[in-house]
Amino acid sequence: MTNGVAIIDSGGANIASLELAMERLGVPAELTTDPEKLRAASHVILPGVGAAADCMGRLQKAGLVETIRGLKQPVLGICVGMQLLFDSSEEGDVQCLGLLPGRVRRLPDRDNLPVPHMGWNQLEFNGKTSLLNDIRPGDYVYFVHSYAAPVSELTLATTQYGDPFAAVVRRGNVYGAQFHPERSARIGAQLLRNFVQL
Amino acid sequence: MVVGDILELATRYRDEGADELVFYDITASPDGRSVDRSWVSRVARILDIPFCVAGGIRSVEDAEEVLGEGAEKVSINSPALADPDLISRLNARFGAQCVVVGIDSQTVEGAYHVYQFTGDPSRTRNTARLTLDWVREVQERGAGEIVLNCMASDGVRKGYDIEQLRAVRNLCRVPLIASGGAGAPEHFEAVFADARVDGALAASVFHTGAIAIPDLKQYLRGRAIEIRP
Repeated sequence: MTNGVAIIDSGGANIASLELAMERLGVPAELTTDPEKLRAASHVILPGVGAAADCMGRLQKAGLVETIRGLKQPVLGICVGMQLLFDSSEEGDVQCLGLLPGRVRRLPDRDNLPVPHMGWNQLEFNGKTSLLNDIRPGDYVYFVHSYAAPVSELTLATTQYGDPFAAVVRRGNVYGAQFHPERSARIGAQLLRNFVQL
Repeated sequence: MVVGDILELATRYRDEGADELVFYDITASPDGRSVDRSWVSRVARILDIPFCVAGGIRSVEDAEEVLGEGAEKVSINSPALADPDLISRLNARFGAQCVVVGIDSQTVEGAYHVYQFTGDPSRTRNTARLTLDWVREVQERGAGEIVLNCMASDGVRKGYDIEQLRAVRNLCRVPLIASGGAGAPEHFEAVFADARVDGALAASVFHTGAIAIPDLKQYLRGRAIEIRP
């Protein structure tokens, strides 16, 4: 199934949760900023919490931007890690990795909906992908975010919060989940399991 | 509570479908002592749902330790009153989503007042801050969530303080969690439907088994309250 999952040490606060989630799945995962290890891994996860500009800054400082852009194996961006996959983010007006087209924008401030969007919300499906095997429309997952990617032809699942936003995206080997699979109970564990089986 | 009991309870609530757990060390702040946090990573290992640690977080370093062990959020209450800038510092370092501010509030002469050091009855005091002002201020300083504990309802099991929660909801633009007063499934329904809170927190009714979480969720879904099954 895997010769080792690499988790990019992007410095966010959710990395411990993610490592423990992989441990619960029984999948060896190594936290690293070493470009060689990233290239050699069977799967790469890019977690992210905090501001997009800070996260991008850390990747730049670690000299990882070109490495990540060149990865050929399955890559999964989680939360801000997913947002970084796009061209740019409105948060801090920052250029991102450009692996997916589009700009990440702040969630709309309307309908009295609190921002950050923090809590459990439902997935609606837009397309098919083995990343969503055994996950069903209407299933609940855990979100914590103030910015989101727009729905596009790359969107495989959406979630409604004021407007629909992209909850799961894919282009080629590059996948993203706006929610936190490491804290989304059974559904989240299933997504991580699906990912390492890609 | 000893660590073994914490882990057992965490496992039980995870399996019963709790959406989030909050671990309170309510004695941590008044004593001025720091907490033994070795249990946090053990809880993080077990839980696949978000959890928050409250009590004894007085600095960015305290928060860093707890978040680094795998907690999603820290909740600060008395230390935020003593040092309101702590909210801003935590926000700058970790982002709003990690920063929960707990507020203990009760009515004094017709106005809601914030109380401090509620973990120790001998030190509990009225801060003279008005709850609604404090709710505004903590948001300006970067709180990402507010837990409002209505002290008069707390432990009485006669229902949440809907009126007070409504007043806070009207000026709370971040997620608002109701605390204090849950005694029956109807109380949860009322607080979601009438006070439009984002979450309802309860302790004793779950600990004692008076309300089983799966039954409660089924009840709420039957009343058209959107909640994870």
